[in-house]
Amino acid sequence: MKEEQNHEKAKQFGMVIDLDKCTGCGACMVACMAENNVPFKEDESKKLDSITWLRVYKLTNGKPFPDTEICYLPRPCQHCGGKGNHGHSPCVSVCPATATDYSKETGIVSQIYTRCFGCRYCMAACPYHARYFNWWDPVWPDGMEKYLSPNVSVRMRGIVEKCSFCFHRYQIAMDKAYYEGRGELEENEYQTACTQACPANAITFGDLNNSGHAVHELKKDKNAFRLLERLQTNPKVYYISSREWVRRAGDNYLKTEKK
Amino acid sequence: MKIDRRCFLSLGIGGAAGIALSPLPWKLADDSAIWTQMWPWTPVPADGEVTYVKSACTLCPGGCGISVRKVGNRAVKIEGVEGHPVNDGGICPLGLSGLQLLYGPTRVKTPLKRAGERGEGKWIKISWEEAIAEVAKKLGDLREKGESNSVACISGSDKGTVPSLFKRFLSVYGSPNFMRMPSIQDSYEIANSISLGFIAQSGFDLEHADFILSFGSGLIEGWGSPVRMIRANSSWRKAGIKVVQVESRLSNSAAKSDKWIPINPGTEYALALGLAHVIIRESLYRNDFVHAGALGFIRFRDLVLSNYSPDSVEKITGIKKETIEALAVDFARSGRPVAICGRGHGKAQSSLGELLAVQALNALAGNIGKEGGVFAVNDPAYIAWPAYQVDEAGAAGIKKERIDGAGNGKYGLAKSLTNRFAGAVNSGLPVSLLFVLESNPVYSLPDTKAVKDAFKKIPFIVSFSSFMDDTALNSDLILPNHVYLERYEDVPATAGLSKPVVSLARPVVSPQFNTKHAGDVIILIAKEVGSPVSDAFPWDDYQACLEGTAGDKWKMLNEEGFSSDPAFTAQAVNTSPGKFDLSGGVADLSILFTPVNLEGDPKAYPLLLLPYDSFRIANGYIGDPPFVIKTVEDTVLKGKDILVEINPATASANGLSAGSYAILKTPKGSARVKINLFDGIMPGLVAMPRGLGHTAYDNYLAGKGINVNELIGTLEDPASGLDAAWGIRANLIKA
Repeated sequence: MKEEQNHEKAKQFGMVIDLDKCTGCGACMVACMAENNVPFKEDESKKLDSITWLRVYKLTNGKPFPDTEICYLPRPCQHCGGKGNHGHSPCVSVCPATATDYSKETGIVSQIYTRCFGCRYCMAACPYHARYFNWWDPVWPDGMEKYLSPNVSVRMRGIVEKCSFCFHRYQIAMDKAYYEGRGELEENEYQTACTQACPANAITFGDLNNSGHAVHELKKDKNAFRLLERLQTNPKVYYISSREWVRRAGDNYLKTEKK
Repeated sequence: MKIDRRCFLSLGIGGAAGIALSPLPWKLADDSAIWTQMWPWTPVPADGEVTYVKSACTLCPGGCGISVRKVGNRAVKIEGVEGHPVNDGGICPLGLSGLQLLYGPTRVKTPLKRAGERGEGKWIKISWEEAIAEVAKKLGDLREKGESNSVACISGSDKGTVPSLFKRFLSVYGSPNFMRMPSIQDSYEIANSISLGFIAQSGFDLEHADFILSFGSGLIEGWGSPVRMIRANSSWRKAGIKVVQVESRLSNSAAKSDKWIPINPGTEYALALGLAHVIIRESLYRNDFVHAGALGFIRFRDLVLSNYSPDSVEKITGIKKETIEALAVDFARSGRPVAICGRGHGKAQSSLGELLAVQALNALAGNIGKEGGVFAVNDPAYIAWPAYQVDEAGAAGIKKERIDGAGNGKYGLAKSLTNRFAGAVNSGLPVSLLFVLESNPVYSLPDTKAVKDAFKKIPFIVSFSSFMDDTALNSDLILPNHVYLERYEDVPATAGLSKPVVSLARPVVSPQFNTKHAGDVIILIAKEVGSPVSDAFPWDDYQACLEGTAGDKWKMLNEEGFSSDPAFTAQAVNTSPGKFDLSGGVADLSILFTPVNLEGDPKAYPLLLLPYDSFRIANGYIGDPPFVIKTVEDTVLKGKDILVEINPATASANGLSAGSYAILKTPKGSARVKINLFDGIMPGLVAMPRGLGHTAYDNYLAGKGINVNELIGTLEDPASGLDAAWGIRANLIKA
């Protein structure tokens, strides 16, 4: 399909997460689960099969007492643009079912559950472990299904799911804008659930291409970095940390190498 | 036409090829793929009109404003309210999971009466009328026998109309035994009482402070009003305000501070006195506030100058004297420094000495009652009900000594000492009937065995819990309260706030089960007990009481969802210069400032067990809902095993390695634990999280890990009766 979009108008939704502010409280993880009908099991301590679209990792600098330091790093789907930002994200490139796709309009990597047949190529391809497989059908205790949101389909056994940057919120906001005769959204009209919940205001979300949005400037911070940048996956999630060891933890550097 | 072999084959093959070229197989494959994802048991949430209801969260004392999204008549998501003075849009993991409590399997659906043994979980359903009549009859009988003072109530809070109704009930009925669950505010109250001359809690104007010195408080891990604290922390980061965390373990708060100063656990008071030493020696204190000529100051000065030089404090705390000197100067030279104490969430008390030593730093900095400083905060002032008549039996009962001793003799300064409750009952003080309101004492009080023994001695326990928690499971009658999302209630947020805010919890959905508002139930019980108790409850129901109490503020509460009007929320407190008594009028200061002698023989128990609080493990009345327990790291909980944190040096000294099992022994008990190696903990310490090891609740929480309260005890502070235990001696043996 030929892309005939005005490059100026194309949006690149992305996030800047200030790790100096992040306290590791976990509110973003729970906000995401509550917003997106994420299931849970009795035992969620096997983290490999524990579905967390956004997971907060705990990093340490590896030094002995009392020079130890900790930093928390929330990891949603990075919504990679791929090399050259042409939409060749690692997962999109390998999906045989076109169940995951890169939107040139928003820069969001989608996941269409009913198309996915569970081959898990995308999970193998994703360098960020952002994708999760439903090994079981979700089960809610009697009565708890009442809180499920109609905005996000409930997933079933045998498919892969991941963070969508709360795409349904974008759709709802766009519907409202069209209804009101507008083609554009205000910055605060479309915010992800994790951004909204974060008590530390550590997450900033917006259009990276829009100079009126806060993320546009924040991503240029001298302490900003992305995860595994050298893979050229071109992620749309930026991190800010004033600590060098944290910035170095964002990629695999040799000991002698400078970041 | 004759169908021969050739014709048959060509028709068959041709047909097959034709079908293969048609869209049919692809359509069928697609349909079957879709069909396999449309199992009838995969729920399809119903759509409907979207509305938002503003309410307040009651899951912790934080008092955040929440906005609940509804689809039709279902509540689907809880969010923070933007512009609310406490949380301004932010919300914590527990607050976000409220709907799992509302719709969850642990709800008590109807009044229940115990059928089997206590704790067995066998119940019979009874009607509300029967349940209320039964409680009223028991109360009437006790009152007739002149034993009204053997009725007690343990409540999660003593603020707001519902706890006040229970307190009023006991007072007019004839019992002084209204107790609230212990917290650091108990300690702040006593400290304020002796240094300022009146009982008040402490609030901190942290948004305007410019130097934060925390003695082990989990500033960003649930201390005070949790979301407000995290917001304050972000504003400190932005403004470059220095935060110093004094703690023996690298907690998240320590990790996020500008400077972490590891300290020998339990010696925080000595560091505070050492800092005071430097500040006084260098004349860095605000003379206008502490009055150098005041007797209290002279006695305090003489003590710290002679006994707490940086040299001697280094020996006690393990902190280098240069660090102490520099910290004292940094603190005193800042414009608006503030010192905070109360370990972790601040749910445990601390010794009076520690409180007075830390408050002395605030006094020396002259920040009491000033912008960016510490405020004495009185209870919200809006609850002013008409006086009631007490009869002879009631008057005799209320005059008797409290079970926990608070308000009497050497405990004269305390309002409530629930930490002493189990010990007092076990020593023979009679409790014939216990109300448990919005709290889970069987789980949350230290020394679980002693608490359980005490509960066994109480013949009748009535729980008002909405959930089948550990205490409800061990009660005789459960009168289930509505969950906060189903009821009206005033929610005073006082935890560490310098200006209290009262929010209004509103029913987001109609009651899901046959539950009743605890406020209504206590009014009904009062009416059933009869005069003079019933005369003290002139309201038709709780709603009438609440609206009447709020008076002309009701309209505002209902529309805005909160009120921070000073006339409504708190009385002004006079903190004029010189009022602060640094020695607290205590005759012998050395009683205050002595190290806590932890239970156990150091030879048999060479290590120290330190309970710690985590943001991701709720450890109050509410246990972790499924979403929150899901966020707990696998270095804390793995399957059903709890992991304890130890330093790699401690591990190699005890022959342990990462992931190995060990038996953790303390004088109170032992437990099988797994080992997690963590460089950020001081060698010789073993850290275990609070909030796991529930015996009740659902399968998502029950039976996971160990309740640290089973392994620790209480240690009475000789100066105040507060619980001074911050840990216990322990040993780790390879299993």
